[in-house]
Order: sequence, then structure tokens, then C-alpha cells
Amino acid sequence: MKHHQKKPRPTAKNDDRSQLSRRNFLRMGIGALSALALLEVGGASLLFMKPRSLEGEFGGLVKAGPVDSFPSGSVVEFPDGRFFLVRSLEGGFLAVYRRCTHLGCSVNWEPDQNRFFCPCHASSFDLHGDVENPPAPRALDTFPVQITDGQVIVDTGRAQSRDTFTQEQLVYA
Amino acid sequence: MSEARTESWKEPLLPKAKSDDRSRMRAVANNLILHLHPTKVPAPALRWSYTWGLGGISALLATMLAVTGVLLMFRYDASVERAYTSIQYLETQVFFGSLVRAIHHWSANLLIITVFLHLLRVFFTGGFKKGRAANWIVGVTLLLLVVAFNFTGYLLPWDQLAFWAITVGTSLLGYVPLVGTAVSNFLLAGPEVGQGALRNFYAIHVAVLPAVLVLLMSYHFWKVRKDGGISQPGAMPAEEGHKKLRIVRLTTIPHLVQRELAAALVVIAALALWAMLVPAPLEELANPAHPPNPAKAAWYFMGLQELLLHMHPLAAMIFPGFVLLAITLIPYWDRGEADIGIYFRSREGAFMALAGAFFALALVPLLVLADEYWIDLPALLPTWPTILSNGLVPLLLSLAGLAIIYFIMRVGARTNHAESLVGLFTFVVISFIVLTIIGEFFRGANMALINPF
Repeated sequence: MKHHQKKPRPTAKNDDRSQLSRRNFLRMGIGALSALALLEVGGASLLFMKPRSLEGEFGGLVKAGPVDSFPSGSVVEFPDGRFFLVRSLEGGFLAVYRRCTHLGCSVNWEPDQNRFFCPCHASSFDLHGDVENPPAPRALDTFPVQITDGQVIVDTGRAQSRDTFTQEQLVYA
Repeated sequence: MSEARTESWKEPLLPKAKSDDRSRMRAVANNLILHLHPTKVPAPALRWSYTWGLGGISALLATMLAVTGVLLMFRYDASVERAYTSIQYLETQVFFGSLVRAIHHWSANLLIITVFLHLLRVFFTGGFKKGRAANWIVGVTLLLLVVAFNFTGYLLPWDQLAFWAITVGTSLLGYVPLVGTAVSNFLLAGPEVGQGALRNFYAIHVAVLPAVLVLLMSYHFWKVRKDGGISQPGAMPAEEGHKKLRIVRLTTIPHLVQRELAAALVVIAALALWAMLVPAPLEELANPAHPPNPAKAAWYFMGLQELLLHMHPLAAMIFPGFVLLAITLIPYWDRGEADIGIYFRSREGAFMALAGAFFALALVPLLVLADEYWIDLPALLPTWPTILSNGLVPLLLSLAGLAIIYFIMRVGARTNHAESLVGLFTFVVISFIVLTIIGEFFRGANMALINPF
């Protein structure tokens, strides 16, 4: 490395100021090419190991069932879809992702306490997934809900993060 | 080596006991493994109560882990469908399967303890001083590597502990700004622990980490010799002339090698016996829908998990990260060289260590109780976002607490910088141990405080 900083020794042909000598040019070239090669190999390795979801893995459209089968104020768990389908007292739908926003444990619905509870660090959330008790920093994530032909369909492909619950998040039939 | 021609084939493997010092020294110099050692060592460096043999025991455990680990690889399937059953098969059908797994499991747990104690020993004797800074930093890296080994290793049985410990551990990364989620997704090969995560962790556990470990361990050992052997009080190079205080130097064979052999045999025997009596635990098959209650990480992460109950996760990561950085940079913080090789630097240093330990034993349980039942920072500061009220505030209070402890020792007890650092370091270490014990034994369902007795 030291050699790079050294000024090229003036020679008979090349003594006007600090012109790039052939030797230094080659050295810099080799250095630049090595860096490029390293970058390429690193980039290729990262792409090689890049995560990708496989066919049939979690993440896609889940048909939850007809609107009428979910009474107001009910919570139904969909273990394969990894969400709870909540129907609020006003009749709006909300698909709550079961992953606790604190450290990723799965929350359980406790019907007698009317709350979601995380057994890892004791966070609890109300019916709408809003934080009742920290350490969870924000409300449970949701999945987009759409209602087509009286059927509730949940898209588990993309979780939506939110700070708190608002009425606009509810989807009505 | 003209003698070599007359030696039998056994000679390089099983050197004959030599009676004179010259041939003993040559035996060390000519042997690949014994070449780790110098031909002669200073007599005080052999004192058991100086090193406690912790570095050597750690190296032995690493070797045992490599041997049992390779055996386990022949019987293990890194797939979500078959990982758990392959472990069950190993435990019930394979000859010595349970024993090999138990030795691997308990060696890994013991290794965490021995490398931790090794770090304590080197810190307390000032073993990072006099040009040993680089090796201290390599040593801290090796400790982290051992933790990474354990972390990746315990996903592999695919039981409940495995699944939830890794879920919690990688979710922590999500709180690191900017890159956290990307790194977590990369490690897990997706947003949640699944087949991709199991495959990645297996590759990291059996290939990536061992390669790094071998390189770093080799460097660590080589550097000990390069730095002039292990730290010793007043162990100056000969040319600087300590004629009055002449240190006796003994040949490595038999004085050092015999001690190492004895320690190794005791450790192997104890470990084998323990592994026979206590098989490695295996919880129920991983169930992504239902974490067990309480969901706990392995015991060596319980200190961190306990911290998580009291602070915003970002603060609970920055605080230990800050402490770890300070410990890594200790050689540049405590530059005095006169006290090298003396436990706790001096009598005053030993007293400060004792004070720090007692202080931690008293203060940490009180703080945990207070935070559990009385203090509720987010409620006290309702208008602040939780990252401030439950993150920045406790973080700054904790750091200020450490500064105050140093200040009390430095000014109040009138000790010097190095002695105060010993006190502060002991406080931090004992605090961490107390947090670990609270998390492991005093937390029950819903992570509420319980009385284990």
C-alpha cells in the first residue's frame, strides 16, 4: 500500500512534474480491477443468497368466507393465513396480523379478557389491535381486506404497519 | 535434524519422554501442535490461580464441539419437516446418539461460561496491556463468535425453544434503523422463521462460523506468543534488564504440557459424566401459532431479554452495545502498564471490584422491582413518544448511573483511573449476571416476577 503514495521516481524520459509512470498506471489498474472483481463477487453472492418466497408459501389471497358468517364483535383466527379476522361492533372488518409488533411472537386472542395477548413479553392489544399495554411500540399490523360478492378476502402478501387504530381502517360490506 | 532418521514412525506422534532440557525444548520446537507453545515458559505463568486454565479449556471445548458436531451432521436433516424427527431419531435409535448430542450441547453451554470467565481473567490481570490490545479485540470477537455459534445452533432442533428464541432474537434486528429489517429478512430468508431460515442457520453454523473461528483462534494463539507470552507482572524483555528480579523459566515439557493434559482429562471426564446423566433438552415440535408461556430465550440471552422488559428495544440494544464497545476499547482506555499481571491492579482495585459487585447485587434487583411495580415512565411522560419516554430516558439514566459509579470510586474512594475502571467493570459484569439470574429463575408466566422457591 505504501508504494501507492510514493511519487514515481523521475526518469530520463519522464521527469516533468508527477506524471503517471507506466508502473504506477499498471498498479492502479490492478487495484481498480481487483476492487471491481471483489464488488462483483460480493454482489453475485448477495444476489445468490437473496431471499425469495416460494410458490405456496405464506403470502397471498385468503378467502375468509361470507360476510354474514362473522357476527359483529367477533374474532376468528386463521392459523394458515397468520391473521385474526376482526369484525368490529359497528360491523367493519379488519384483518389483524398475529405477529406482535414488539419482538415478533404470535399473539393469542383471549375472548374472556377481550384482548390480544403476547405471552413473550406480556404486551396486550384491544379488539382493533391497538396497544393496551406496552412494551409493544405500536398497534398490530393489518392485511388489506376486500369484500367481493359478499365474500371477505384477505391479502396476506403485504402487511400494513400503523401506529394506532383509526376508524378508516375498517372495511364495510 | 539428524536424529530424525533414527526415530521410529511413532516419534512425531508420541514423542518419547526426554530427560534433558535441551531435547525437551527441541521436542516442542519440532512438533506442530506443541509449536503453539514456546520451548520455555516463566514459572509464574504456570500458576493455576493466575490463568485458571480458561483459555486452554475453551480451546479443548471448541475441539470437542467440532468432533461431536461433525458426527451430528451425519444424522441431521436441515428441513422443517424432518429436523425435529431426525433429532428424536438420534435421541432414541442411534447408538450413542443421545450422548453425542448431550456432549455437544453441554460443551457449547460450558464454552459460553469459560470464554466469559477467560475474558474476566484477562481483564482483571490487565492481560490487554503492553501491546496486547489487538489480541484483546480478537478475543472479544471470539466471544461474540461463540455466542453466534450458540444462537445459530439452537434453531436446528426445530423445537419450541428454537423457534421462538430465533423469532425474538431476529425481531430485535428490526429495531436497528435503516438496515435492520433488510438484515433480518436476509438472515431468515424472509419475514418469518421458516425453511429458509433453518437452511441459512445450518450453513452458517456448520460452515461459515467454523471457518472464521479456526482463522481467529489460530491468530489468537499465535499472537499470544508474538506478544511475548501471557501477561506477567514486571515481565520485561530480557534486554531491558531486570537482573535483580530474575524469573525462573521452566521447559514446556513437562511443566506446561502435563498441566494442560491434566486439566483436559478432568474437563473431558466431568463433561462426559454430566452428559451421561443429563441429556440435552428437546422441547415440543415448533408451533408457529403458539409461543409457549413464558417464551424465554436460552439462559445466556436472558440478561438481554430482561433488559427488554424494562426498555424500548432500541435502547435495550444500544445500552449493551455501548458497554460492549467500551469493553472492546478497554486497552485504549486504561493505558497504564505498571500494574500488568496483578489481579485487580492493586489492593484498592480489588476493594473497588468488591464494592462494584456488592453495589450491583443491591441496586439491580431494586431497580427491577421498582420498574415492575412503581415506575412507569410512559405514564409519567404521557405526551412523549415511547421511544423517548421508555427508550432515551432510561438509556441516558443508565449511562449516567455508570458515570456516577465511576465518579464515586474515583473521587469518593480516591482510587486511580485503572482501579475505578475495575470497579465499574465489575459492577457491569455482576449487573449482567444478576439480570440473567432474574430473567432465568424469577420470571414466570407472562414474564411476571415470581418466587421460584
